[in-house]
Amino acid sequence: MSGFVVENRIRDKEESLSRPELTALQTSRLRKTVEQVQQIPFYKNKFAEAGIAPEMIQSLEDLQRLPFTTKADLREEYPLGMLAVDRKDIARYHGSSGTTGQPTMVAYTKNDLKTWANLCARFLTAGGLRPEHSVQIAFGYGLFTGGFGLHYGVEHVGASVIPAAAGNTSKQLMLMKDMQVDALVCTPSYALTISEFIIKNKIPRNALNLKYAHFGGEPWTEDMRARIEDEMGILCFNNYGLSEVIGPGVSGECAMRDGMHIAEDAFIVECINPKTLEPVAPGEEGELVFTSLSKEAMPIIRYRTRDIASLNPEPCACGRTTVRMSRITGRSDDMLIIKGVNIYPSQIEQALLRVEGTAPHYQIEVDRPDRKDIVSVKVEMTETSFSSSMKEMQELRERIDRAIQTVTGLRMNIELVSPSSLERFVGKARHVIDHRRKV
Amino acid sequence: MKLKQLSVFLENKPGRLRELCALLADNGINMITISLADTEQFGILRLIVSDCEAAKTILEAKGFVAKITEVIAVEVNDEPGGLRDVLQVEDAAGISVEYMYAFTIKSGENAVLLFRFDDMDKAVVALKSAGFKVLDRVTLFQHSEN
Ligand SMILES: [Zn+2]
Repeated sequence: MSGFVVENRIRDKEESLSRPELTALQTSRLRKTVEQVQQIPFYKNKFAEAGIAPEMIQSLEDLQRLPFTTKADLREEYPLGMLAVDRKDIARYHGSSGTTGQPTMVAYTKNDLKTWANLCARFLTAGGLRPEHSVQIAFGYGLFTGGFGLHYGVEHVGASVIPAAAGNTSKQLMLMKDMQVDALVCTPSYALTISEFIIKNKIPRNALNLKYAHFGGEPWTEDMRARIEDEMGILCFNNYGLSEVIGPGVSGECAMRDGMHIAEDAFIVECINPKTLEPVAPGEEGELVFTSLSKEAMPIIRYRTRDIASLNPEPCACGRTTVRMSRITGRSDDMLIIKGVNIYPSQIEQALLRVEGTAPHYQIEVDRPDRKDIVSVKVEMTETSFSSSMKEMQELRERIDRAIQTVTGLRMNIELVSPSSLERFVGKARHVIDHRRKV
Repeated sequence: MKLKQLSVFLENKPGRLRELCALLADNGINMITISLADTEQFGILRLIVSDCEAAKTILEAKGFVAKITEVIAVEVNDEPGGLRDVLQVEDAAGISVEYMYAFTIKSGENAVLLFRFDDMDKAVVALKSAGFKVLDRVTLFQHSEN
């Protein structure tokens, strides 16, 4: 573990407003947003269909009457159907790739870029960033919001950026070492690749000056945090965001690392049952839904993220009053239903992190050759866990089998594969091949 | 008095064994003998080769996982009862076999049994004091090169 301690620092007064103050701010901003979206034909029609006039939205409770926005809606409005301002007022475009090929485009005015940089600066500050630090950004730059979002966030704090971008791990390590970088920004799966590289090349810990890291862009687990922190001797912070809402900066962890504080002055969050669309009780898991409150170019109403998490409204020891969201435990559309049991790919990873002699790299393949679901999991063993004894290898397989069964409640076919043989990811990892969907 | 064996992990993927054999042949490494233990999911290939360390390096460079393990080589007459006699000695000494395989050396008269025991040092002592011919690397290769 790292000896690095993050002293609590709150950047903006909006992070610790009293609930009545926050409600008043959210209400006036919501009313303004509802007016704004009348400029977007998509919302104008949707409001009309639902029989809602903008002036009917007076309080936060009235939000429930508004229609949801989905990824499919954004795809239909591709590329710029969701703009609330003139194209000449746009300062930057980004996009999200999505799994099906066609991206959805998002746009920012100059003010939006300022808002966004400040939201990133907030969680970075909460997670240890100080003006004297240097930060290596190993996120992809380009349409993906991760690279640029964090880049401007770091600059906004007054710290320095090393825009290494994703990939080329040996060069990443060279920069980290030679530039004595303080903090790393990347996806958690790329952090695992970096950690593996450090171990394999026996880079001594004191050659690096790395103290902490901010991970985002994909879901990860507490076990994965423990592993990376232990292997690299750093503190790891979680942050969350998605391009449709703004990009990174929607929420991030404070020094308590007990949930991610949502920027509630900029977004209203709801947590709903994805089937009934009714709100779930605080602390219960559901799909997160966001409404933007201070965006100009692309305000968004009740966007269904498909991300599954829970909300914690309890006050935090850090002094922030904003609601905290848990880690993303799955995606309502990534969820696999196998033999009637709900499985999230992250559960496999969680299981593997508990078995010695395996790497947390895996690939799940689901098939239904004969009306019965068959799940195979390819698991990478480590170099040291290979034995010439069949008995020991079978025991390793059985340990994996048991761990997966404990976490998911299902028996899967475990296939051991060579170390480093599964695809490595510099961006978001893809872990599931579901042949059943092709039928 | 022990012999170095190279073990290689074989994924359940077509062509891996052929690829491995080609790699060793192309690099001038002789296979004295080879044994495959496999399940539906994966296999463990055990090899006695002319240069264990070099073979390991070559295979690892191509993404194979390989490990060097020690085995004991015992020369017995190629006639019924050879294996039984060895096992009797080890049984009496309270040692068990993890795995074994065998090959006949070129002269065709003698067989070489390769063993991995749970207690390798004790096994060597027991076999030698019972009068068995335990081969080391040099003599083994001399035999096969005859
Ligand atoms: Zn906090």
